[in-house]
Amino acid sequence: MDALQPVSGIAGFIASVAKVVLVFAGVMLTVAYMTLAERRVSAWIQDRIGPNRVGPFGLLQPIADGLKNLLKEETLPAKSSKLFFLMGPMIALMPALVTFAVIPFAAPLPTHWGVVDMVVADVPIGILYILAITSLGVYGLVLGGWASNNKYALLGGMRASAQMVSYEVALGLSVVAVLILAGNVTLTQVVWQQQQLHFWFAFPLSLAFILFLASAYAETNRLPFDMPEAESELVAGYHTEYSGMKYAMFPMAEYANMVTSSALMATLFLGGWDLPGSWDNMFWYHGQLISGFAANGSVILAHPALWKTLLTFVAFAIKTAFFLVVYIWVRWTLPRFRYDQVMALGWKVLLPTGLGYVMLIAGATLVLDQLGLPWGFTYGLILTVLSGLATAGFLVFLDRGHTIFGAAAARDQKTIVRHRAGVPAQAGD
Amino acid sequence: MTISVKMMRRPEPEKNSYLRATLSGMALTFRHLVNPAKVTLQYPEEEADLHARWRGTHRMEVHADGRPKCVACGLCPTVCPANCIRLVGGEDDQGNRYPVVYEIDEFRCIFCGMCQEVCPVEAIHVGRHFENAEYTRDRFVYDLDRLMEQDHPTTLLWDPSDPRSE
Repeated sequence: MDALQPVSGIAGFIASVAKVVLVFAGVMLTVAYMTLAERRVSAWIQDRIGPNRVGPFGLLQPIADGLKNLLKEETLPAKSSKLFFLMGPMIALMPALVTFAVIPFAAPLPTHWGVVDMVVADVPIGILYILAITSLGVYGLVLGGWASNNKYALLGGMRASAQMVSYEVALGLSVVAVLILAGNVTLTQVVWQQQQLHFWFAFPLSLAFILFLASAYAETNRLPFDMPEAESELVAGYHTEYSGMKYAMFPMAEYANMVTSSALMATLFLGGWDLPGSWDNMFWYHGQLISGFAANGSVILAHPALWKTLLTFVAFAIKTAFFLVVYIWVRWTLPRFRYDQVMALGWKVLLPTGLGYVMLIAGATLVLDQLGLPWGFTYGLILTVLSGLATAGFLVFLDRGHTIFGAAAARDQKTIVRHRAGVPAQAGD
Repeated sequence: MTISVKMMRRPEPEKNSYLRATLSGMALTFRHLVNPAKVTLQYPEEEADLHARWRGTHRMEVHADGRPKCVACGLCPTVCPANCIRLVGGEDDQGNRYPVVYEIDEFRCIFCGMCQEVCPVEAIHVGRHFENAEYTRDRFVYDLDRLMEQDHPTTLLWDPSDPRSE
């Protein structure tokens, strides 16, 4: 068999177009069915049944919802800034959809015309591209909120921007830890390094994983960080004045952001499309598709196959779906933070923790590299233990002193304090 | 079917942190997620299990020959607290009293069931039935023929020796 070459020329163009269409359709389909999943899972959590009338198990509900939103009347507030009001949903939705382009979703697929990488655009600036583009999405919320000429919408938009600024820092710092280990910002390389380490980065970088998870919830404006929407305080937040399909584009953007961030978490911390074992390891190394290095430093060629591509895609889908379900699960468990709590968590907890952790990982990798330890299982194990200790310390710190006082508990405590001070409890306590 | 009151155990002071409370909350919702309590009634497909003393739509009992059992004694319009029964009595050739007009306004009715309790001949009943939606308001005044046509089970009267009707 000839050396495997990447697909090129007209076949490469066709493959690219096919990937763009399929990934776009896949993301949109996931977004549509996330609305159904959200409603069904929330219903189960609350001992209800959820929408089950449209089609079998309610599977046609997203289509009915989409049709309803398309047919609904579009209202335009009289004193709104019409151009920005129309631009808001577009700017919110567009970046949410294009970020998926750099995420590899399966092992390379061998075809008659060459090997097709299962990523729309394997750009060398992978993670930087995602950080840059996702930050643009908040302009949609701010513009929409401001252009509505409504004080609640404006407040929602302002909160969205403040939250984005606060948590982008913690998110970036947790990504820095990943980049130190991977040595590259290309997502295919991040996956490859995890395969070589025999550890998914969730283990050697457990604290970064926790920070990234918390920040991702804030970045996607999901509960417990849904300050921009905050229906109990701000009517509906930034999309108060929107109706019909323009409104629907905001939730679509939110769900698309959730899908992208789930896929990103799966890629950065759970090995992307990687499955345990080295049979699926594949990487372009100086023009050769390799699966690893032999002891003498020579490369071992990889053997891509259709079944490997399909199996790794299923693995990627399951990892992404796991994070999506956790998103929903958290939303229907935790109440919303107060605004000052959101800011305090972002600036006083996540940011210093992220900074310290980056220092720790940088120092640890420096020491390990100086000791000449090869990139492999032992390397990962040492980092896992180190990060485990850091995570345990972080959790103990979070746990310390942050107690909950229910109404009854607070009353009991007051009584106890009085008794200790020798003051008898008064009637009416 | 008794109502049980669940006492919530409150966290003790300084024994519960946000982190632990969050995790226990997640565990609680996860238990419900994988094993939701089946409490929803899929109404049009599933019949509601009405209690034996459920008081709903009225029904007039009839004799074997199709005449209403009502003897137009006038007790039910007298006892009715909502004043929803209109009764005009008549007398036939044999001297038997019978209702010429017997109408119940189901909108005015408060379904107390006192008409059934007071009826000396067990003619008027409230029934274990609630699906009586109509398109116009005047359809809710049930006349004698309509009351006789009803065929749903009638409500059980309260029995002191069996206070829960079990």
